Amino acid sequence: MEKPEDKPEDAKEQEETKPEDAPETAPETASDTPPEETEEKPERIDEEPHIFKKVKEIRFGVLSPKLIKKMASAKIVTPELYDKEGYPVDGGLMDVRLGVIDPGLKCKTCGQKLKECPGHFGYIELARPIIHVKFVSIVFNLLRCTCRECGHILIPKNRLRSQLNILDAVQNESGLESRRDKIKELITNLKTINKCPYCNAKQLKITLEKPTTFIENDKRISPIEVRTRLERIPDEDLDVFGINPEVVRPEWMVLTVMPIPPVTMRPSITLESGERSEDDLTHKLGDIVRINQRLFENINAGAPEIIIEDLWDLLQYHITTFFDNNIAQLPPARHRSGQPLKTLTERIKSKEGRIRHNLAGKRTNFSARTVISPDPMLKLNEVGVPLIIAMKLTVPERINEWNSDYLKTFVQSGPTAYPGANYIIRPDGKKKKITDETKEQLLEEMQPGYTVERHLMDGDIALFNRQPSLHRMSMMCHRVKVLPFRTLRLNPAVCHPYNADFDGDEMNLHIPQNEEARAEAEILMEVQTQLISPRYGLSVMGCVQDAISGNYILTKSLEMTRHEAVALLSSIGIENFSKLPRKDSVHGREIFSVLLPDDFSFIGQSRDKEDNAVIIRKGKLIKGVMDKNNLGEESGLLLRNLHKKYGADMTIDILSKMFRLGVKVLLKHGFTVQLSDSDLPDKSKTKINDILRKAEQQVNELIKEYREGKLDAFPGRSARETLELKILELLNKARNETGNVVISDSSQDTPTMIMAQSGARGNLLNLAQMAACVGQQAMRGKRIEKGYKNRTLSCFKQHDLSPSARGFISNGFKSGLSPAEFFFMGITGRDSLMDTALRTPKSGYLYRRLANALQDLKVEYDQTVRDASGGIVQYSYGEDGIDVSRSENGMINVKRVIDLVEGEGR
Amino acid sequence: MIIAKRDYMKKKIHITKHDLLPKHVKISEKEKKAILKKYQVTLKEMPKIMKADAALQGMKAEVGDMIKITRKSPTAGEAVYYRVVTDA
Repeated sequence: MEKPEDKPEDAKEQEETKPEDAPETAPETASDTPPEETEEKPERIDEEPHIFKKVKEIRFGVLSPKLIKKMASAKIVTPELYDKEGYPVDGGLMDVRLGVIDPGLKCKTCGQKLKECPGHFGYIELARPIIHVKFVSIVFNLLRCTCRECGHILIPKNRLRSQLNILDAVQNESGLESRRDKIKELITNLKTINKCPYCNAKQLKITLEKPTTFIENDKRISPIEVRTRLERIPDEDLDVFGINPEVVRPEWMVLTVMPIPPVTMRPSITLESGERSEDDLTHKLGDIVRINQRLFENINAGAPEIIIEDLWDLLQYHITTFFDNNIAQLPPARHRSGQPLKTLTERIKSKEGRIRHNLAGKRTNFSARTVISPDPMLKLNEVGVPLIIAMKLTVPERINEWNSDYLKTFVQSGPTAYPGANYIIRPDGKKKKITDETKEQLLEEMQPGYTVERHLMDGDIALFNRQPSLHRMSMMCHRVKVLPFRTLRLNPAVCHPYNADFDGDEMNLHIPQNEEARAEAEILMEVQTQLISPRYGLSVMGCVQDAISGNYILTKSLEMTRHEAVALLSSIGIENFSKLPRKDSVHGREIFSVLLPDDFSFIGQSRDKEDNAVIIRKGKLIKGVMDKNNLGEESGLLLRNLHKKYGADMTIDILSKMFRLGVKVLLKHGFTVQLSDSDLPDKSKTKINDILRKAEQQVNELIKEYREGKLDAFPGRSARETLELKILELLNKARNETGNVVISDSSQDTPTMIMAQSGARGNLLNLAQMAACVGQQAMRGKRIEKGYKNRTLSCFKQHDLSPSARGFISNGFKSGLSPAEFFFMGITGRDSLMDTALRTPKSGYLYRRLANALQDLKVEYDQTVRDASGGIVQYSYGEDGIDVSRSENGMINVKRVIDLVEGEGR
Repeated sequence: MIIAKRDYMKKKIHITKHDLLPKHVKISEKEKKAILKKYQVTLKEMPKIMKADAALQGMKAEVGDMIKITRKSPTAGEAVYYRVVTDA
């Protein structure tokens, strides 16, 4: 087994293996290192061909002084680092026995070279004991719960046994976690006892003066005294504290010797000027060693107690900050520049620490990330990759006798011309960079067995991902399409599964590097395989925005000459026009029908309230319009049925054509949202004003009734509450009436109206708010009432309950808001902004917990849903056993199935 | 309708009679064996129900008994579920 010092994260916390296990297996560092495996029957290895190790238990312990000395390969005695020749001083912090950090040198301890030698610990003998900061709370508990004279725990002997039994029972019942809780509870009880049940000694009150000073009756307990007290605690009593005396003796928490971490974990950097810059840890250790030597000298010279105390405190400070430089009560140790030193705890802890940054945070090669932008001319399963990226990312291709000429062309172009190649890998694994100088020679050398890392090209397979990756559609496989400019491009129809928009979103691209990975990505993750959502059984991708508006306009009323229709269709990549009727003028529905397969029949519904039938017969759209209900994502059965009948590949092909058709129709037709879209005839304006005036009158009457005390209260409500409810109802009714006026009176074929009706963007309420009346601004379901004393704004009278004084906005956005109205709008606007900003992270975490809890549930062959250990969760998935991804919106349309079967029989 | 207060207080509430509570029935040893065989499981892998669960009151259910629960389901109309009585 390797020497264990290779992971010296925290030199103090340490795991020890049982001595009988493997004598040469010295301790392994704990905290975040992999645990030491303990094998049950090592002698069976011979007969067992499959050797595997199983972690039986992990023990956490504390290094004993003896062990520190035993694992050390050098004793450090001098703070000097290098001598005049620049050679490390023997017994200094850069001692050659602690490992190698210079290339070419061999380690004095293990004889290995740089990168092979893991480094070795040293130690220093401390002149006086020093309390380890990280153990202060444990030491504090131990001191308070044990006798200051005899060291026994403050529990009478007869009750000790029963306490332990209670602990064991708790552990058996609800695990180790609750045993720890119970121990904590026990300890808090012990702190109050003031007489030792063994020797009757009086117990004094001990307090902790943070970070490392213990005070007893206003007198300081020196670390020496602390250590002797800890030594007195008998092994048997430690169990109660949850300490295993085999691996932890409490007095080891007060340092008498300190391990010096190997130089490999604190390498020095040679600056360009030739100067050496030492690691933060080395600086800190230098301070420790220097003060320690001074302390030794002063003690030996018999210096006055005050000087020794001062030096002792200084040493305590240095050692404390060596372990943790972020202790609240201590000023952090700093560089000369004033920047705090990064010592052991800072190395491990927090986001930039070893665990979250280096161990949990993985970086990957063959990946790219930039801003995304839309391109409806791409196919759904394509991704536009900028040329600059395509020339950096590579795909390895192995040379064989058939492709060698083909691959040679890439090498010939080199890394700077596209399509070229960046590297050649020889069969022995040596990677050679292709440059203008090496090109000729490499071309000569190339032969079957070599691998060429060529540039990314059209049709290569890539994984495309956007964080947060909440569901499987967050990472899909696309085909590369190399394009100019600097953004990754995707079809806007796939925004929805990624939850992407183009306000600055960035996405990641990964290039699989071998055949297995590519096959897996293609079969399991390609865009078309993800079309139908396993959550609700409808297409997650569909037309959005312009594509919906365009198809709506086209199928609703557009007519054009056949000539124009052919031009339109060819612009979206259709070449077969035989489906287009041979007449001079064709209807939009006929153009749309060209996209549909000839044998496709479908009956559905559109968003239109009265005339909502959509009929497709034999591949022809006979009746109805195409809107969000049929083309949109997460809605409508048109896409679902196409998928069921013709499969994924064809569906995404049709979908991308529909999408492009919509966009192109809009281009050709022209589409401008304008101010006059929300114009109303004068007649409707007076109607709206009448409604609002009447509502205000009614409210005023209500207020009058209330003031006179004539208002009948609702059951369980006060008169005031009743009034508010009635006013709110009245005003909402008035706003809705104005909305209805707008909907019926404004012209129906404006772009704004088309967007609202097709479901592309916006709704009728938005239109009404622009044209007529914004309505009541509400906070927490009430009208606005806060602000000034008894009024909302200082321009109103106190106790004014009229609509306009309590946040009713009777203007529309077009006519413009009055200052007071604008202010009310600002109040609710800010409120809802805060609300979303606070709620998003909360619901995100909630979802994450749910996803983690359910992550390895699985439907077994007997239809039951089971967890990882085989426990049954449901007897039939979703209680009805339906695989949602094979259903239509969670249901199975029996009629359609019958029609299908009958149709085939006929 | 006004219920006199003392009548109201006297009336003991049987939660098992409540219409929001799905039907819980203790099933026989034979049926239990059949269920275990059908799903190829031991009692350990079955969903549990506390012996003290309010839905089991008046049922004399013992640890190890199996309870059949018939619920209304939004997806399947009526769904059957089995739980094993435990006390921890």
